Amino acid sequence: MSGEHGSSVIAARVRHVEALLEARGLLDAGEIDTRIDEFLAGGSPANGARIVARAWVDPGFAERLLADANTAIREVGLSMAGGLQEQRLKVVANTAAEHNVVVCTLCSCYPIALLGPSPSWYKSEAYRSRVVRDPRGVLVEFGLELPADTRIAVWDASAESRYMVLPRRPAGTGSLSETELAGLVTRKGLIGTAAV
Amino acid sequence: MGTDLVPGDRVRTRATDPAGHTRLPRYARGAVGVLVERAGRHPLADDRARGVAAEPQPVWHVRFAAAELFGAGDHTVTVELWQEYLTRVEEDA
Repeated sequence: MSGEHGSSVIAARVRHVEALLEARGLLDAGEIDTRIDEFLAGGSPANGARIVARAWVDPGFAERLLADANTAIREVGLSMAGGLQEQRLKVVANTAAEHNVVVCTLCSCYPIALLGPSPSWYKSEAYRSRVVRDPRGVLVEFGLELPADTRIAVWDASAESRYMVLPRRPAGTGSLSETELAGLVTRKGLIGTAAV
Repeated sequence: MGTDLVPGDRVRTRATDPAGHTRLPRYARGAVGVLVERAGRHPLADDRARGVAAEPQPVWHVRFAAAELFGAGDHTVTVELWQEYLTRVEEDA
């Protein structure tokens, strides 16, 4: 698969198709931009951080989240139904024994409606091809050196599910509020290329 | 191909290289993995890409040992695969 999404040839072809669809009355002028804006409006890594913080303070929520994320995230006012159809969300929890990391080797599947656009490195051919083969080495390049006895589980988003990692709660955060805890969570943590 | 796969089953993925679109990544072809859980039912993406109507079929999270896929590595890779890509491997085989 091509790692090149910004080709001017493709951009020109897309503009041409869009113009044809508008000329034939199948699309209103600018409708695609409007739909994309609507789709992205609700997506942000802050949503993932809120979910993680709730899971850290509420073990019952964490259990429901891991069993059925689509239903559980409605408890914090979120949903995976932002696109054309509701996508299945699978949340995978890091433990002392196992660290999870997410990739889409075939293209760049990512829970956009929930977390916003993915980072550019997530879509790079280098990340997509290497993290399945040598995750420990790739994570070191991200600055994440895991203990040698921590197993690594890579999840390839090759079909209809989208994935989010539930990081481990950092030590020494017992006195923080749920909002403060959410502030600790990064987008890389939600993908698994950072500890939190 | 059985339709009664259950989590814990060992399965082998299809080894052939189809002419068109597929969601069975090349690195996971002809490999043996274990079913983790079902991830819903969906029409086969290979058929949808060709504009062919397809009935929904189970999609599975299938976990592979890295050594099975790449000949090295101590991690696992879990790929999401349509049931049509999978054949159960009998335990005593």
